[in-house]
Amino acid sequence: MLRVQNLTCARGGLPVLADVSFEVAAGEVLILRGPNGIGKTTLLRTLAGLQPAISGEVSYPDDEGAYASHADGIKTALTVTENLTFWADVHGAALPADILETFDLADLRDRLGGTLSAGQKRRLGLARLGVIGRKVLFLDEPTVSLDRFSVKLFADWLQNRHLAAGGLAVIATHIDLGFPAPELDLTPFKASLDTGGGTDEAFL
Amino acid sequence: MIALLLRDLRLAIRAGGGFGLGLAFFLIVVVLVPFGVGPETALLSRIAPGILWVASLLAALLSLDRIFALDYEDGSLALLATSPLPLEGAALMKALAHWVTTGLPLTLVAPALGFLLSLAPEAYAYLLISLLIGTPALSMIGTFGAALTVGLRRGGLLLSLLVLPLYVPTLIFGAEAVRRGAEGLDPTGALMLMAGITAGSFALLPFATAAVLRINLR
Amino acid sequence: MSMWEYANPKKFMGWTRPVLPWTFAIAGLCLVIGLIWGFFFTPDDFRQGSTVKIIYLHVPSALMAINAWIMMLVASLIWVVRRHHVSALAARAAAPVGVVFTLIALFTGGIWGQPMWGTYWAWDPRLTSFLILFLFYLGYIALWEAIEDPDTAADLTSVLCMVGSVFAILSRYAVLFWNQGLHQGASLSLDKEENVADVFWYPLLVCIAGFVLLFVALVLMRTRTEIRARRIRALEARARRA
Repeated sequence: MLRVQNLTCARGGLPVLADVSFEVAAGEVLILRGPNGIGKTTLLRTLAGLQPAISGEVSYPDDEGAYASHADGIKTALTVTENLTFWADVHGAALPADILETFDLADLRDRLGGTLSAGQKRRLGLARLGVIGRKVLFLDEPTVSLDRFSVKLFADWLQNRHLAAGGLAVIATHIDLGFPAPELDLTPFKASLDTGGGTDEAFL
Repeated sequence: MIALLLRDLRLAIRAGGGFGLGLAFFLIVVVLVPFGVGPETALLSRIAPGILWVASLLAALLSLDRIFALDYEDGSLALLATSPLPLEGAALMKALAHWVTTGLPLTLVAPALGFLLSLAPEAYAYLLISLLIGTPALSMIGTFGAALTVGLRRGGLLLSLLVLPLYVPTLIFGAEAVRRGAEGLDPTGALMLMAGITAGSFALLPFATAAVLRINLR
Repeated sequence: MSMWEYANPKKFMGWTRPVLPWTFAIAGLCLVIGLIWGFFFTPDDFRQGSTVKIIYLHVPSALMAINAWIMMLVASLIWVVRRHHVSALAARAAAPVGVVFTLIALFTGGIWGQPMWGTYWAWDPRLTSFLILFLFYLGYIALWEAIEDPDTAADLTSVLCMVGSVFAILSRYAVLFWNQGLHQGASLSLDKEENVADVFWYPLLVCIAGFVLLFVALVLMRTRTEIRARRIRALEARARRA
C-alpha cells in the first residue's frame, strides 16, 4: 500500500538520505533505525508530504496519510475529550466509543490538556491517531516519555486495531514495541557528499 | 472547517485575553488622546473618526501574532496541513476567529468611545457600519502577516512592520467614511471601496496565506 | 541555448564581470553630462526661478523608486515560476537601492516644496504615496533579513512582494481619494511631459538614462555579492558535513 522508490530527501536544502526504497503492505509495520541525525524525521516528514522530496516517488492512497511527532497538537485549554473531538471533526470521523479506554484516558476525560503529565499527553496524542481513521501512519518517536505499561497499550492498539483493520505504519523509534516487525536501518542510505539535488547546488 | 472556528473561539474564551485585552487597549488609546491633544470638544469631535479607526486598527494588530504562533509551536499546524481540511480554509477560519474575538467587539464598543470623543451624532451609524465592513479586512490581512512571520522567534515587531503598510487603504476608506458622515457628506463611495477591499482580501489572501504556511512548515 | 541559461549563477558571474565596469562608466558619464547640462546650461523657469532645476534629481529618482519595485515584482514572479536563484537574489539586491532612490525622491521633493508651497512637507497625494512605498520597502527588506534559510526567505519575500504590490496600488488610489477634500488641485505638477519645455526635457532624459544605468549597475554589483555570499554558505555547509 505504501511504496517508496529512490527517494532522496533534504534537510535545510542539503540532501541527507539518498535512494531510499521500500514497500510496506497493509497490515505491516516498518521500524526505522539509525543514529541521531541520520534523517529519520526528515524522511517521515517527506513521506507525509510536509516537505518536498528532491527526487524519487512516494505513493499511497490519497487522503490516507497522517503524521505524528512529539509535538502532538494538544491544546492546553481544551479537555481530553474536546481535543479528540476536534480532530475527529476535522477529519470528518466519529469518535470511536472505546478510544478513551484503549489509551487509558477514561479517568482523564474532563481534565484540561494543560494539566496532563508528559506521558498522559503523549497517550492523548496517540489516541488522536485512533480517532482520525487514517490508514498510513508516519510516527516520529511515538513512545517518548511513555512508561512500559503505556508502550504496551500503544503496541496493542497498533497491532490489534490499526494493523488488523488493514492499516500500516512507518515508525522511527529506538525501543522495542514488543512484537516482531521488519526494521530498516537508514545508515547505508546516508547521502554522500556528491549526492546531487541540494537547493544551493547551482552556486558550487 | 467550522470545527476549527469553534475550537479557536473556545480557546480564545478560555485562555482569556482574547476579547478583553484588545478592548482594554482600545479604551486606553482613546482615553490617552485627549490627554495628548487637549480637552477642547470641537477639536476632539473633528479628529474622533480618525482616532477611533487608528485605535481599533492598533488593537486588532495587538493579537495578530497569536493567530498561528501557538498552533505552530504545539504542532497543530503540521497536523492540520496533513488533514483533509485545506489550508486555505484553515486560513479563512483563523481570520474569522480573529475577527469574532477582536474586530467584532471593537466595532460594538466603538460608539461608546465615540461618545467620549464627542463624535458628531450623524456619524455613529457610519462608524458602526465602517468598522463592521472594515475590521474583517484587518483580520484577513493580519492573518496573512501572521503566517509570514510564524516561524520566526522575534516575529512580533516584524509583523507590525509588514502588516501596517497593508492596512493603509482600509484605514483611509474607513476613517474617510466616518468623517464624511460626521460632516453630512455622502460616505457611500468610501464604504463601497472599503467593502471592495474586504471582499478582495477574503477572496485572495487565504490562498497567499496557505502558500506561506506551507513554505514555513517545510 | 535559451535566455534563461544566463541566469545560472556561474554564467551570471561570467557575463556580468566585463559588463559591470562599462555600465558604471556610462551611468557616470550620463549623470555628469545630464546634471551639468541641467544645472548650468538651461534657463531659469519664469515662475519657479532656478529651483526648478532640482527636477534633474527628483524626477529620475522618483521614477527609479517605482521601477525598482516593479523590477523586484518581476524578479519575484520569475523566482516563483522558474526558481532561478539569481532572480531571487536580484530582487533582494534591488531593494536597498530602491529605498535610497525613494529617500532621494522624498528629500528632493521636500527641498523643492519649501520655495514652491512654503513647506518642506505636505500630505500631498504624490508625496504620501512615496512615503507609503518607503514603508513597503522597509517591510520587504526586514523580512529578508529576519529569515535564516535563503530559499525560504526568497519564497516568503516573493509572496510579500506580490501581495504588497496589489496593496501599494490600492494605497495609491486610496491616497488620491483621501486628499480630494483637503486641498483640491493645490499640487503643482511638473512631471507631465507636455508641461516641460524641450530645453528642460533633453537634459532630463539624459539624467533619467543615467539613473537607470546606475540602478542596473548597482543591482548587478549587489547581486554578484549575494551570489558570492550564497556560494560561501554552500561551501561551508558541505565543509561541515565532510
